[in-house]
Amino acid sequence: MTMNAISRSQIYVLDQDAALDFYVNKLGMEVNTDQDLGFMRWLTVNLPGDPEREILLEKPGPPALDPATAEQVRDLLTKGALGGYLFMTTDDARKTHEDLVAKGVEITDEPTERPYGIDFGIRDPFGNRIRIGQMFPRA
Amino acid sequence: MSRAVEESNRAMLRARDAMDRAYAEPLDIPALARIAHVSEAHFIRTFRATFGETPHRYLQRRRVERAMALLVETDRDVTDICYAVGFGSLGTFSRTFRQIVGDSPSDFRRRRVAPANVPSCFTKAWTRPSSFG
Repeated sequence: MTMNAISRSQIYVLDQDAALDFYVNKLGMEVNTDQDLGFMRWLTVNLPGDPEREILLEKPGPPALDPATAEQVRDLLTKGALGGYLFMTTDDARKTHEDLVAKGVEITDEPTERPYGIDFGIRDPFGNRIRIGQMFPRA
Repeated sequence: MSRAVEESNRAMLRARDAMDRAYAEPLDIPALARIAHVSEAHFIRTFRATFGETPHRYLQRRRVERAMALLVETDRDVTDICYAVGFGSLGTFSRTFRQIVGDSPSDFRRRRVAPANVPSCFTKAWTRPSSFG
């Protein structure tokens, strides 16, 4: 038995419409699935040309979480302490950074050259951390 | 919890992110309070309630952490590093560094050995200032 891909990841967002605006209109991702299942809105996005790897943008709330726990999740998320962390790669970190600044995206860490590549950090509107790197080939 | 708390959390996080990003700049409480869109007194109180330490202390820790990295990764002299990470005087830098790290910047640098190819959890466990004598 061999597992062969990471196909879906999940992060919490506070508002799925605002999440769509950020991940699609600002970061340039594509909607993979946006379906009202009745019990929840199943909303996933992927990078263009890579529909095999989706990110589920899930809104915390009852009945999946009890109301008090959902509030704790929202509290931690907005403090930047929830741990949702996306790492993405790009061909050109400095250009991508420039584009995102122009779109008003919050930069948490300016592009810096490191042994492994050039990378920078951004935050989504809810508090999730995202890191974008132009990676050097592995030795 | 009310949505007002979430708004407040995000405002405080925005100010903290600014400290992480622009630690080398002369960030003061008025500038940070403006980023968070609150009064200075409210900012200090709310930041502490949100993250468990004052904004001043957070900024000091960020600057010292960056100084530690420069001491280990570069050959720049201590004075140069002090200003590079945002301290205004060598005296404040040395005092704050010693208070947080438990060692002077020069001693900290001297104690460092070239990082060997071992898992960093060992380096971290064996090189951190000891509380056990």
